Amino acid sequence: MAEVVPMPKLGFDMTEGTLVRKLKQVGDAVAKGEIIAEIETDKATVELEAYLGGVVKGWVVEEGTPVPVGSPMLVIAEPDEAVDVAALTGVQAAAPASAAAPAPAAAPAPETLPAPAGRVSASPVARKMAADHGLDLARITGSGPNGRIVKRDVEAFMKAAPAPLPAPAPAPRPAPAIAPVPVTAEDQAVPLTRLRAIIARRMAESAQTVPAIYLTIAVDMAAAMALRKQINALLPDERKVSVNDLVVKATGLALRQFPNLNASFGGDKVIRKSRINVGVAVAVEAGLLTVVTRDTDVKPLAQLAAEIKPMIARAREGKVQPADIEGSTFTVSNLGMYDIEHFTAIINLPEAGILAVGAVKEVPVVKNGQLAPGVRMQMTCAADHRVTDGAEVAQFLQAIKRALEEPLRLLV
Amino acid sequence: MPVMTIAKSIAQAIAEEMERDPSVVVLGEEVAAAGGTYGATSGLLDRFGEERVKDTPISEGVIVGAAVGAAMNGLRPVAEIMGINFAFLAMDMIVNHAAKVHSMFGGQFRCPLVVRTTSGGGRQLAATHSQTVEHLFAHFPGLKVVCPSTPADAKGLLKAAIRTDDPVMFVEQATMYSLRGEVPEDKDFVLPIGKSDVKRRGRHVTVVAYSKMVDVSLKAAAELARDGVECEVIDLRWLRPLDLEPVFESFKQTNRAVVVEESWPTYGVGAEIAARLYEECFDYVDAPIQRVAQKEVPLPYAANLEKAALPQVADVVRAVRIALK
Repeated sequence: MAEVVPMPKLGFDMTEGTLVRKLKQVGDAVAKGEIIAEIETDKATVELEAYLGGVVKGWVVEEGTPVPVGSPMLVIAEPDEAVDVAALTGVQAAAPASAAAPAPAAAPAPETLPAPAGRVSASPVARKMAADHGLDLARITGSGPNGRIVKRDVEAFMKAAPAPLPAPAPAPRPAPAIAPVPVTAEDQAVPLTRLRAIIARRMAESAQTVPAIYLTIAVDMAAAMALRKQINALLPDERKVSVNDLVVKATGLALRQFPNLNASFGGDKVIRKSRINVGVAVAVEAGLLTVVTRDTDVKPLAQLAAEIKPMIARAREGKVQPADIEGSTFTVSNLGMYDIEHFTAIINLPEAGILAVGAVKEVPVVKNGQLAPGVRMQMTCAADHRVTDGAEVAQFLQAIKRALEEPLRLLV
Repeated sequence: MPVMTIAKSIAQAIAEEMERDPSVVVLGEEVAAAGGTYGATSGLLDRFGEERVKDTPISEGVIVGAAVGAAMNGLRPVAEIMGINFAFLAMDMIVNHAAKVHSMFGGQFRCPLVVRTTSGGGRQLAATHSQTVEHLFAHFPGLKVVCPSTPADAKGLLKAAIRTDDPVMFVEQATMYSLRGEVPEDKDFVLPIGKSDVKRRGRHVTVVAYSKMVDVSLKAAAELARDGVECEVIDLRWLRPLDLEPVFESFKQTNRAVVVEESWPTYGVGAEIAARLYEECFDYVDAPIQRVAQKEVPLPYAANLEKAALPQVADVVRAVRIALK
């Protein structure tokens, strides 16, 4: 039985994905569960498993092509099954790699006609607007019924910075938001990866729209470091608790007391999130991802640590699962391992705040008028002033500090 | 401005026109002594006498036939047919005589006739007495067809119908006679012929309706407004001559439309408006135009089934949401 394999929906807000690599070619046998392709989404590269076994009868998209969720990509069928890929998918096969079956006696396509490479569904007004602005409809993702491109999609496309995809034929374009940068022959123009483009857009959006306030607090980490040592003595290597795990847990507990920090700005309202899911920013090869712990406030510390570690590993390998990176309500970004003492971070919209955590340092401190060695860590919270105020953020930071300085709070 | 029902504003419009112009006469079943089934001719007999306010036999052919002859000979009859379902009995008089005499006799005759009648369901009068068929009459060139949606419109449109030299079907909705609203006192409050009216401003979707469906659409618009959906509600008022300029203008902003009619959708007003929008505004279409109409069955008698078959506020809300997808 021939099956059309569509672009899967790998995340809640995924509308399209890019076929990065075909791992099975036409004629290759595929076992159920075998990896057939790599798909790049907005957030990650994901391996696509075959959900049935058989032989690849044809691909209808090329590598590097963005494909809307649900659109056909390839056909898998029984080895000896005769399959009309074009009829099944409604798309002309992409560059037949092997000798295809003789085409039925159809009228030869005149060369002047564009190949019917999957008709783009667009409303008349969307078509007209795209034509007026010289936009290629194939680059626009439709949000209407059956993926139809409607007016709002064209408007959103024109509003967003041009996506890092093959440029269309030269045509008048709306003025780009970025002033053109002169490029000399010695300069190197590196096209943005999808992840880089998303980071660029979202960071700029946050920096330009959020009135952020920044508050820094120093935490005495002596007790926390001692407790961590005790805990880790009981745990195998792969389950050891990091300093960041302590901070994440402390943040989850503090968010429970300060729901305005576990919130989003909603124009005419503040949306307080029902669950506390603290995200952890992870540096990856081409940028940055946030892996997400769920119900951070209620999960035991050891469990959080055991969950975060493999998520970070998957993120660094470019193998994150959609659930790893979705649904965070507040983010912790830690550059302590690079010896950074203090920095500020940009709020990850639609969240209301982000905690930038520095290194744990041995420093001289004054205690009862005496100079003494101490252990300190600085944390800076950036918060959306539309949602919260300085005094509240200060108390939120105090709550985190209290939990870290009396670290048994993290365990009870 | 005084507040009154549609029945009262119609009676007022007729009385004012009879006062202004002695050629205006009224005829129909029970219009004189009883004052009309819905009270829309109440008091006219006492005020203007038997010469000008006449009860007729139960024969729609006689009512419209006599009215056409009177109109061709200089009177301005306002003929009442108790229900539009009975207008089928006067079909020949309406579509072959009233609608044609002006053009077929080379302009020698005018036919300044108003046929007032009642259309629509919602009163458990069952399939043969509940039909909404004014659009059948709007099919014929030579006739004008107008359907008021408010007491003020009823007065201003009826006065316009009486004053024009062409035959007009003036179609009232059966459940709307007690609808109240402000009505101008001005004796020359005459609304233009062949002009539709924007009843509510909005920028997200164009809702086109007439007669009772204007009220239904406005209620739906109020409900949708709570979710931030702004409907522009346009009352066609006249099915012929049909004025779609405000509809086109609105649609060019909203790119999405819903047409609401009480009658069945097949070959109906919604079909006509949608076709015109596709013809005139193709490059502005962002979604398929939605039609809200009666279910395609002879209207049931049972109250629950009748309600299910007739377009309700919830149907309009649903159609708007589909149109906005």
